[in-house]
Amino acid sequence: MSLDVTQVLLSAQSADGAIRKHAEESLKQFQEQNLPGFLLSLSSELANEEKPEESRRLAGLILKNALDAKEQHRKNELFQRWLALDAGAKQQIKGLLLQTLTSPVASARSTASQVIAKVAGIEIPQKQWPELIGSLLSSIHQVQPNIKQATLETLGYLCEEVSPDAVDQDQVNKILTAVVQGMNASEANSDVRLAATRALYNALGFAQVNFSNDMERDYIMRVVCEATQSPEVKIRQAAFECLVAISSTYYDKLAAYMQDIFNITAKAVRGDEESVALQAIEFWSSICDEEIDILDEYSSEFTADSDVPCYYFIKQALPALVPMLLETLLKQEEDQDLDEGAWNLAMAGGTCLGLVARTVGDDIVPLVMPFVEENITKSDWRQREAATYAFGSILEGPSADKLAPLVNVALNFMLTALTKDPSNHVKDTTAWTLGRIFEFLHGSALETPPIITAENCQQILTVLLHSMKDVPNVAEKACGALYFLAQGYVDAGSASPLSPFFQDIVQNLLMVTHREDAGESRLRTAAYETLNEVVRCSTEETAPIVMQLVPVIMMELHQTLEAEKLSTDEREKRSELQGLLCGCLQVIIQKLGGMESTKYSFLQYADQIMDLFLRVFACRNATVHEEAMLAIGALAYAAGPNFAKYMAQFYQYLEMGLQNFEEYQVCAITVGVVGDLCRALEDKILPFCDGIMTQLLKDLSSNQLHRSVKPPIFSCFGDIALAIGENFEKYLIYAMPMLQSAADLSAHTTATDDEMLDYTNQLRNGILEAYSGILQGFKSSPKTQLLMPYAPHILQFLDALYNGKDMDDTVMKTAIGVLGDLADTLGVHAGPLINQSTSSKAFLEECLASDDPLVKESADWASIAITRAVSG
Amino acid sequence: MAPPPEPRRPYKRPAISDQQRRRELALQAQSARRADAQARARALASSLLTTPTPPAVTHCHEEEHAEEEQEQEHTVADVAAAASKLRGSDARRWFARQIMLPEWMVDAPPHLASDWHVFARPSGKRCLVVSSNGITISRVRNGSILHRFPSALPNGSKRDISGPASSYSILDCIFHEPDQTYYIIDMICWRGYSLYDCTAEFRFFWVNSKLTETSAGDPPSANHRYRFSAVPIYECTLEGLQAAYSGSTPYVKDGLLFYNKHAHYQAGITPLTLAWKDETCSQYVIDTDGKGEVPNEQHLVLELQEEGKLVTSDDPPVVFGSLDNEFIQKSNLRTGNLLRFAVRDESVRLVDGKMQTGELQLVGKPNRARAFADSHSKALFQYAARHAPLRIDDLIASIQSNNMELESTDVEMQD
Repeated sequence: MSLDVTQVLLSAQSADGAIRKHAEESLKQFQEQNLPGFLLSLSSELANEEKPEESRRLAGLILKNALDAKEQHRKNELFQRWLALDAGAKQQIKGLLLQTLTSPVASARSTASQVIAKVAGIEIPQKQWPELIGSLLSSIHQVQPNIKQATLETLGYLCEEVSPDAVDQDQVNKILTAVVQGMNASEANSDVRLAATRALYNALGFAQVNFSNDMERDYIMRVVCEATQSPEVKIRQAAFECLVAISSTYYDKLAAYMQDIFNITAKAVRGDEESVALQAIEFWSSICDEEIDILDEYSSEFTADSDVPCYYFIKQALPALVPMLLETLLKQEEDQDLDEGAWNLAMAGGTCLGLVARTVGDDIVPLVMPFVEENITKSDWRQREAATYAFGSILEGPSADKLAPLVNVALNFMLTALTKDPSNHVKDTTAWTLGRIFEFLHGSALETPPIITAENCQQILTVLLHSMKDVPNVAEKACGALYFLAQGYVDAGSASPLSPFFQDIVQNLLMVTHREDAGESRLRTAAYETLNEVVRCSTEETAPIVMQLVPVIMMELHQTLEAEKLSTDEREKRSELQGLLCGCLQVIIQKLGGMESTKYSFLQYADQIMDLFLRVFACRNATVHEEAMLAIGALAYAAGPNFAKYMAQFYQYLEMGLQNFEEYQVCAITVGVVGDLCRALEDKILPFCDGIMTQLLKDLSSNQLHRSVKPPIFSCFGDIALAIGENFEKYLIYAMPMLQSAADLSAHTTATDDEMLDYTNQLRNGILEAYSGILQGFKSSPKTQLLMPYAPHILQFLDALYNGKDMDDTVMKTAIGVLGDLADTLGVHAGPLINQSTSSKAFLEECLASDDPLVKESADWASIAITRAVSG
Repeated sequence: MAPPPEPRRPYKRPAISDQQRRRELALQAQSARRADAQARARALASSLLTTPTPPAVTHCHEEEHAEEEQEQEHTVADVAAAASKLRGSDARRWFARQIMLPEWMVDAPPHLASDWHVFARPSGKRCLVVSSNGITISRVRNGSILHRFPSALPNGSKRDISGPASSYSILDCIFHEPDQTYYIIDMICWRGYSLYDCTAEFRFFWVNSKLTETSAGDPPSANHRYRFSAVPIYECTLEGLQAAYSGSTPYVKDGLLFYNKHAHYQAGITPLTLAWKDETCSQYVIDTDGKGEVPNEQHLVLELQEEGKLVTSDDPPVVFGSLDNEFIQKSNLRTGNLLRFAVRDESVRLVDGKMQTGELQLVGKPNRARAFADSHSKALFQYAARHAPLRIDDLIASIQSNNMELESTDVEMQD
């Protein structure tokens, strides 16, 4: 290879696009033709002290990208490719990388340490680079600080890449010892100390055993706390980041240190640089998260045996913590409401205050109210805003009994402030606070006397509609408040207090969507979302107004399709708008299609609406695709068998949606729409089933598709079978083996955490819904015998679920239903099998005795079917 | 570098977007409707099970049901009864028409690996084996009876009759003389349940699972005169083809049979099953004449039709030539007669994949057992076998090129 690697790497960073492109091509070609040679020359480049820093850095970066990718599928491929490389070449590359750690050039060292960690991430789980950690640890004792620093950095990255169970405890101990020593105040070189502190952040996940040992934990905590006092701001910040990580990973080990940590964080919040102070506040937010989770589990009786006790750290710290947080509220930035990415002390402090309120409930109210009362009338906007924000923050958590009297007093004040306060900042927070009042203290679910009455409702609406004409950020918050105001009336029945103002509300919202500046502060989105909620919560008496909205929204959608020759930016904006309009139509379709009084007249629009959706699809953009897909599902349900006439044109997009692995949400929505179609079309969906089933089976066997889509695909099998009945016959040989292997897998999964258990139960439910649909679909068909070969396995699956004891109520309900379906469809043939099954009887009895009415209902039915099958 | 923790908390924002809410509402609605649909299906059933309807109505219901069943049994039984009454050539014709016949493979079909099964055809007599009413009868391709015997197939002997005695099982088999075994190559009907409308893939699956349910695979005994055995069936991948082609079998091979996985069982000649052979996997590649010798010229058996047309057994038939009336009269030939002709190589032309012959020379009448003329694909295969046969390497190459197509699309998909 006569390629001058250095030159190509430099050209690849050239300002001249043509040169850059050519260089990138050569690199790509080199990589494709000779991967080991390519990687080797890049690592040589990185290691070569005579080469320019720029080419070395890029060489390292390309190496890193050749070892890892974000996308799981691609990542596995790269892993396999590396593992398959010639051992000699790998040895050489690794040697060069380790050598680079000793380079005097900082960027070369840093890049090399990242690449080493990537290689370690692949090889250590395969037990292939056993000497790495040992050799890194031996260089820790080097005298030169740069080598020490690079080694610590490498250990940190390594801990990030490698899973803790791939490294044995002995090595973990040595890594932690080296890292904590490097963090120690006695370490004179601050680069080394910083690298060590950052390495600890990643190594914390390895320290389970060490955190269970009092002495080792004391030592680690002491060193971390000391590092928060370092003269170097970066070290202080990194040390606080470690504390935040410790608060969530080792919550239950913190009791002994809380007093010290409070003192440290209070000092930082009050006096340190913002980057450090933000982490100090984050520590308390993180403790709140932990305690909210634990208390949540306490209150749900099923998991009262939570293994982590609540230490009530927040409750204990409350008297000191709340004043500290209230102080931060006064440190707002001038234009923080206009900057989406803003995050400052006041915002972090207010957010933490809200979490504290959710953690302790009523106890926070007396600590905050004096601050509110003292500041809300002050002349400085900062004080008025801080007071309003403090009030808004504590509206979730404390009881309605405690809050209602305060809110009744505050409401008028807030409405006045929203109209009259000279500060946009104050108005923004006031509108937000009104939204919180409506979200948490308004609605038929509350037992306290209603905050909003016939008397003040009109006044509230007048103020909100007026504020929707204010500057975009205030108008957006006003829309949000209206959203929750409408939501509170979802169960109001026929006499919603909003009905008299309905026309006005809709017109004002449409006006907002047409504002020139509706693109700012996501105002247009907020207006459509509010319109959706207003429609969702509307009653029959306002249905004619919703009906008038149909041609209006259709016209808007039509207009987006007229535009031609759009720039990329304009196309993106258009597709966003199409998404909003399709979303709005979806809600309208559900509303009008769901009421007998409006369904017929609404369906007059179906042809035109469908035509618009198809044209939106033709614009091809994933977000629109998803929204239009959702809307089509709604339309299919409303149109019923008549939807068949659109199928020929729609089918291609349905297939496209099912093929969309990358945007799995789109795929999931489309799978759901298949279900809608099955129920709408029933056997008229048959001509499309070959294609749909093929696609669904492909989806299931794909390792690229997000796993969350798989349970709904199984359920969808059931939908299809129920729709087409015995015609499902030809799919049995494909679908059944997949169901069986998924069933085996899901029956024998030992879930290691809640998320896993949750997913496993979703998967089980999907599989069971498939069985249920298939069994019921074949019911009364002369072909029921075809299902006999599968019956033993289904019964084994049910036995395994029963014996596993970790299914949730939903699975239980579906499972016992399947037992009934089996008996019902296979009749006397199933009797002996059910009698033989080890736990059918016990399972049924347990379900019959269940407190859950749905489980019981399912079980009652199953019991009748089984009795007949067994006796018949 | 420790990642700077994101400001991960929503500030003055609802925790959930309306889009997410629409998604979740749609999902909730879908699962509620699924539950409704299930409940309807079940309610339908459970009302039958539990509704305390007056006895008369229930009775009526059951009677209807019973009638329906009887009707169905009637249809199967009627056909079988009718068939059993047939004698001589009528019976032969009737049974001969039930069998599915392969076309001969003159070109490798696309997607062999993904869409086709392959297996080595046992050498022997192709026959339909019918078990019912305590007896098992096998009939060869022309419809005449090969064996009448007791077997362990369902209702195949007086000893184990289960279910309605008249319920039929019909297997498509090849009787292999050397080990006196029926090799099952397909299943048409099992215990009265028809598999005509099932895909080949499914039928093969059933052969294996059903055979193990009975003791028909056991060695012969007093109530089970011949052993039944399944043939190993492979996906037509390179490995599968190799296994079928050169793998060892308990039987003598006579070529390979290819079944399209999705094809239903269909009486008559179908391009969805294909036969192929070469010298390695068959002793009889080139047809022999009446004396069992390979003639110098290719022979063709054709059927004489009205106006003297000479046609193949295809549906619709392919016309290969004609005889003049005078000759027909003189030779005392009648419509429907099968006649054997020799074809001169130089007179054969291939036009659009069809074979045309210039000159046909009458050699005589074929063996009396012949029930059908040759098919067009057989004529073509025989012609090719004499000149440019389709070789095993061609089949392998076809599978490989399909593989490459697959791989290349894979690469595209990644980009």
